[in-house]
Amino acid sequence: MTATAAAISAATARRMRLADDERRLWPLMLAPAILYIVLLVGFPFFLSLFYSVSNVTVGSRDMAFVGLENFRRVVESGTFWIALGNTLIFTIVSQLFVLLFANMLAMALVADFRGKWLVRFLILLPWVAPISLGAIGWLWIYDSIYSVINWTGQALRILGPNEWPIWLGQPNLAMASIIIVQIWRIVPLATVIILAGLTSIPQDIHDAAAVDGAGFWRRTFQITLPLLLPITLVAVLFGIIFTFTDMIVVFVLTRGGPYDQTQVLATWAFFTGIQGGDLAGGAAISLFLFPVLVAVAIVFLMLARRAEVT
Amino acid sequence: MARAGGRLRRIARSGGHAGVLVFFVTFLVFPFYWMLMTTFKTTIDLHDVNKNPFLFNEPPTLEHLKVLFEDTQYLQWLINTGAVGVAVVVITLVLAVPAGYALARMTGPWAQTLGIAIFLTYLVPPTILFIPFARIIAVLGLQDSLWSLVLVYPSFTVPFCTWLLMGFFKAIPRDLEDAAMIDGLSRLGAFIKVVLPISLAGVLTAIIFAFTLVTQEFVYGVTFITSASSYTVSVGVPTFLVRGDVYFWGSMMGACLIASVPIAIIYNFFVDRFVAGFTVGAVK
Repeated sequence: MTATAAAISAATARRMRLADDERRLWPLMLAPAILYIVLLVGFPFFLSLFYSVSNVTVGSRDMAFVGLENFRRVVESGTFWIALGNTLIFTIVSQLFVLLFANMLAMALVADFRGKWLVRFLILLPWVAPISLGAIGWLWIYDSIYSVINWTGQALRILGPNEWPIWLGQPNLAMASIIIVQIWRIVPLATVIILAGLTSIPQDIHDAAAVDGAGFWRRTFQITLPLLLPITLVAVLFGIIFTFTDMIVVFVLTRGGPYDQTQVLATWAFFTGIQGGDLAGGAAISLFLFPVLVAVAIVFLMLARRAEVT
Repeated sequence: MARAGGRLRRIARSGGHAGVLVFFVTFLVFPFYWMLMTTFKTTIDLHDVNKNPFLFNEPPTLEHLKVLFEDTQYLQWLINTGAVGVAVVVITLVLAVPAGYALARMTGPWAQTLGIAIFLTYLVPPTILFIPFARIIAVLGLQDSLWSLVLVYPSFTVPFCTWLLMGFFKAIPRDLEDAAMIDGLSRLGAFIKVVLPISLAGVLTAIIFAFTLVTQEFVYGVTFITSASSYTVSVGVPTFLVRGDVYFWGSMMGACLIASVPIAIIYNFFVDRFVAGFTVGAVK
């Protein structure tokens, strides 16, 4: 009887100590989340490194080590260079426009005006709505026969009576169309991030500059934009990640067509690895996305360190 | 003279302000407006290239929505999305709430680095992991099962929500817990009984974002699932409502609109917190 009571109180004491002992409590609270992330991000990532040097396919169970054979195969195929080039164009062009547009829009939104809540809700729609569904909307807008852009162009006499661009059917136009959709999707995110930066600049600085005689443009270029630099960088980093590794926009709009001319690395990895069943080849292709991810991660770490120091 | 110049400049500037807003709102909202128009137009009207597409040349119709709900599995996809969303939210909270709190209260050089490392795993994109996952899911026998999504989606909701919650818990003064501990609560008890109840706003934000991320996900869905009855909305509409060359535009646009707008409305209430999480402390 007393033995049990002592055991119980010892157990309670141990539990009490655990609930109070921060050196054991914190690791215990962190462990499940970290374990999940290691198992579902770390493990698959190493598996993909492993696949890329093997000959694994969807159908067969045997696997053999083939060294860099997959990378050689990938790099020697013409599609790789098209996909790599497209991925870079897709990312760089869209993010340049995002940078310009998001800054303009954020500056327009920082002022108070009636209906601001509604405007903000409306401009956020492309980011919040599932992008696969938004892209379907664009598919209809770019339709080869019923495109509203072409109808409007003709009605306004911008397009001649016999001009009827097939937006997703001609390689250059298709690339431009895809880039427009990506701009459309990322601008809202970049805008709200930059807007958060703008509202954090104290009004005093503007007032002081105005008293000293600085005009709108001077204040914009010599005060606002330099102060916005770090947060703009954050917005651009997210834009780069979400664009460079994206496959949804291209997948829904063109499936990489016509003739692989709009293929990007991510879609090509999908068509090779999942639809074609060549997991090893697909893994090798998707690993070409990794260097950009690392670069962005490093810049993020630098930014975070800087924020910590100042 | 100077005053007239000032007034002109002011008018020019507010005109420019309105112009910028009108341009961007038009660009960003137009596809959704176009979905709305298309949903309620008759097929004949949609396919008449000689008539003004901005007008209803025939009376609006509910036919497309009827087709969507009666002849397709759209309703099932909505239910699937909701079910996966709820399961993922539960897993996310169980893992991210304690982890976020521990990161917020840990001291030492480790804590900050660990927090950022966890956040960075959110940036590892599905397009790097979907190839090994395809095989893992096959080995586990989960192809075509919604459980595959329930298993994999927390891999991006947990890192993001842990980071988000860490920010929330950091904003709660330590004094509150210290007082509770002096009153006899343990460290853990203080967290559960004192900190959690006043952090409900933060937990709610995490719920909204985990759920939104689930509804937006496409890559894993299209990789793991091939049978129509197990699709989520974001995968089912683009892959299944297109049959060969036949596009059911009216129904598709209705499907996109119905799935997008409610999420957007809820999200809008929480966007500032979301941005605060995204900016990694670059804004002070």
